[in-house]
Amino acid sequence: MKGAEALLKALEREGVEVIFGHPGGAIMPVYDALYDSGIRHILVRHEQGGVHAATAYARASGKVGVVMATSGPGALNLVTGLADAYMDSTPVVAITGNVPRSLIGTDAFQEADVTGVTMPITKHNYLVQEANDIPGVVREAFHIASSGRPGPVLIDLPKDVQLAEFTGTFDVELDLPGYKPTTRGHPKQIERALEALEKAERPILMVGGGAQHAHGELLAFAERTGIPVITTLMGLGAFPGNHPLWLGMPGMHGTVAANRAIHHADVILAIGLRFDDRVTGKVSRFAPHAHTIIHVDIDPAEIGKLVRTHIPIVGDARFVLREMLKGAKPLKLASWWRQLEEWRTRYPLRWKPRPHLQSQEVIKAFAEATGGHAIVTTGVGQHQMFAAQFFPVTRPRSFITSGGLGTMGVGLPFAIGAKVARPEELVIDFDGDGSFQMTLQELATLVKYKLDVKVVVLNNGYLGMVRQWQDLFHARRYSEVYLADSNPDFARLAEAYGIKGVRVERKEDLMKGVEAVLSTDGPVVAEFKVYHEEGVFPMIPAGGAAEDMILEHPAEREEVEA
Amino acid sequence: MRHVISVLVQDHPRVLNRITGLFARRGFNLESLAVGTTHVPGLSRISLVVSGDDRTLEQVEKQLNRLIEVLKVTDHAEPHVERELALVKVHVAGVEERLAVKDIQEAFRARVVDVAQKSLILELTGDSKKIDSFIEALRPYGILEVMRTGAVAMSRGERTLKVREKREAV
Ligand SMILES: Cc1ncc(C[n+]2csc(CCOP(=O)(O)OP(=O)(O)O)c2C)c(N)n1
Repeated sequence: MKGAEALLKALEREGVEVIFGHPGGAIMPVYDALYDSGIRHILVRHEQGGVHAATAYARASGKVGVVMATSGPGALNLVTGLADAYMDSTPVVAITGNVPRSLIGTDAFQEADVTGVTMPITKHNYLVQEANDIPGVVREAFHIASSGRPGPVLIDLPKDVQLAEFTGTFDVELDLPGYKPTTRGHPKQIERALEALEKAERPILMVGGGAQHAHGELLAFAERTGIPVITTLMGLGAFPGNHPLWLGMPGMHGTVAANRAIHHADVILAIGLRFDDRVTGKVSRFAPHAHTIIHVDIDPAEIGKLVRTHIPIVGDARFVLREMLKGAKPLKLASWWRQLEEWRTRYPLRWKPRPHLQSQEVIKAFAEATGGHAIVTTGVGQHQMFAAQFFPVTRPRSFITSGGLGTMGVGLPFAIGAKVARPEELVIDFDGDGSFQMTLQELATLVKYKLDVKVVVLNNGYLGMVRQWQDLFHARRYSEVYLADSNPDFARLAEAYGIKGVRVERKEDLMKGVEAVLSTDGPVVAEFKVYHEEGVFPMIPAGGAAEDMILEHPAEREEVEA
Repeated sequence: MRHVISVLVQDHPRVLNRITGLFARRGFNLESLAVGTTHVPGLSRISLVVSGDDRTLEQVEKQLNRLIEVLKVTDHAEPHVERELALVKVHVAGVEERLAVKDIQEAFRARVVDVAQKSLILELTGDSKKIDSFIEALRPYGILEVMRTGAVAMSRGERTLKVREKREAV
C-alpha cells in the first residue's frame, strides 16, 4: 500500500464520506487512490469553493468537513476559507499536496510554504515526513479539529510521501500531551452562576455559535428559568427564532429589544460566544449595568479576553447547561418581561415601504412560503443582515453564514456544502450581486452533482453595505461601489450553465417569483432587482454603544425616538 | 511589568515558529526568548521575557496554552532563579585599559574566553540587570560586540514544570 492509499484508509476510519477538492500534480497519487475508494469526491471549480463547502458541510452536519487541494496555488487558494473556518470555529480538515521532500525549500515548481502560511489561520497543521506517520497524523487532525473549540487543521503531504510504501499500522493511539480541553465546567462556578441568576432582576442569556450543538439543553434551560434569550449571528437557530423567550440578535444590526436588554441587564449569562466587536460595540460601554457576567466557553482564552468576566466557566456548552439544568429554578422576572415586551412590540424589525421591490420583503416572502423550514446560507453584506433579521431560523445548524471573517463569496459554496450534508433539506442561498460574483463559478458544481440549491440574488446594483457606510459616514461619496453598469444578466448566466434562471423586477411579481423558485425541481438562480439605496436598520455605528442605535436613515426619520 | 515565563513544549519542527508567530500576531511584546532541550527526550523548554499589564499576561499564558504542542506554561511570579549568558568583545588599546577591564571582569566574576592583541571576549552569566551593568561598565573602553542569550529561568525549591496529569477524556 502506498502513502496515498493509507491516507484514504485513515480518512475512511474517521468516517469521512465526502471530500471537496480540486486536483493537481502534487496531490495526484491521492486522486489516483481515490479512483478506487468508496469516499465521494465533489470536484469544485476553485479551491476556495471547496473549503467553504467543507465548512458548511461541517456546520450543517456537525461532522468534520474535508477539503483537498494540490500544492502551491491550490493550497494557497484555501487560505481565505481556512481563515473563515478558523474565525467561526468550524471543524475542517484540509489536505494539501506538496512537492517531494527533497525539493522543499528550493522554490520548486508550485512550491509554497503552506504550513507556514496557514499557521495563524489553523488550529494546528502538519507537514508529514513519513508515510508511516499518516494514520497518526490523520487521527490527531480529526481529533483536534472536532474537539475542544473546533477549528481547521491542515495536513500537508509531500508527493514522495504519498508515493512511499506504507508499512505502518492504523491502530494508533492519540498522543497529544499538550491538548486536553476541559469540557465539564467547574461545579463551584456553576453553583455561583445559578445563585447569581436567582438573585438577578434583569438577567439575559446570550448564545453564540458555540452552543449550536446544545440547542436541546438551551431550550430546556430557558423554558425552565423563563430567562430572555438573545442569539448572535453565529448563534441563530441554536434557540428557536419563533420562541416567545427570544429577543432577537444583538449588536450592530440587532433588534432594539436585544440591545436594550443587554444595556439594562444586571446579570448576563453568555454561552459559546466571543464578544465580537460587532456584538459589543465599544467594549467599555458594553452592558454598563451588568454587575455579573457569567461566561461559559470551551476555550479558556476567550474568557476575559475582551469583556470582564465575574464567573468564568470553562467547558462545553452542553455539559455546562446540563449541570445548570439540575439546579435551575423558575426566575421571577415579571417586571423585566413587561419592559422587554414593551421594547419588543414598540420596536419590531421593520422597513420603510417603497414602490420598489425590497430585499426585506423578498426574504420575508421566502420565510413565509417555506414556513422557515430551510437551510439558509448568505454572502456578506446587507442581504446577509436582512436574512438574519427576516428569516426566522427555528432549527440549529440551519443558518450558515460567515460571522467572524465576513467573507464575501461564501453563499453559493456554503449552500453546496449544506446540500451535500443534508440533501433532504431545502437549501436557499440569499446572496448579494457583489458577493455572488466572487465564487459564482461553483454553479458548475451544482450542475455536475445535480445539487438542488436555490440561489436568490438580491441585486441592488451596489456593494450595498459599503454604499450604506459611504452614505452615512462619508457624505454619500459613493466611491467604487457601483456594480449595475457591469453586472451580468444573472438569469441568463444561470441558463448558460444549464440552470433555471428567474428574474423578478417589480413588487407585484414577488410572489410569482418565489413560487417559481420553490416549485422548480432542481437548482435555480433567481435574480430579484431590489431597491438600490436601501439601508440596514437598526444600526449601531462601528465603535458605538446600544444608546447610539439609529432606527432609520437620518434623512428619512419621521419622528424622534426616545 | 516584566514577566519571565517558562514554557514546556514538544520539540516538533516549527514549534518556535508557532510561538513567535503568536506573539507577532496578537501584538504581545516579546523581549527575549531562549530555548533548549530538557532531560526528557522530545521535550524542550523555553524561557520568555514579556512585558505587559496583568490582562495581557493572562492572554499570553492562555494563548500559549492553546498551542497543541505546549504542555505547560508558568509565569515565574514566585521566587525563581534567572540567568542570562553574555559574550562581550571589548576593545583594549593598551596595558592600562587591559588592567581596567580586568578589574571590571573580576568585580563581576566574568571570564576571559578569548585574548587578542586589541580585544578581549568576556563571558558573564547572571540576571539581566547584572549583565546590563557589566555592559555599562565596559562601555567606556569601546564595546565591539555583544551577544546575550536572553534569560532562562527556573523556580526555586521543589516546584517543577511538571506536565499536568491527564484530566478527562474529550
Ligand atoms: C472578500 C471580501 N471583500 C470585501 C469585503 C467588504 N465588504 C463587506 S460587505 C461588501 C458589499 C457586499 O455587496 P453585495 O454582496 O452586493 O451585498 P449587499 O451589501 O449589496 O447586500 C463589501 C465589499 C468583504 N466583506 N469580503
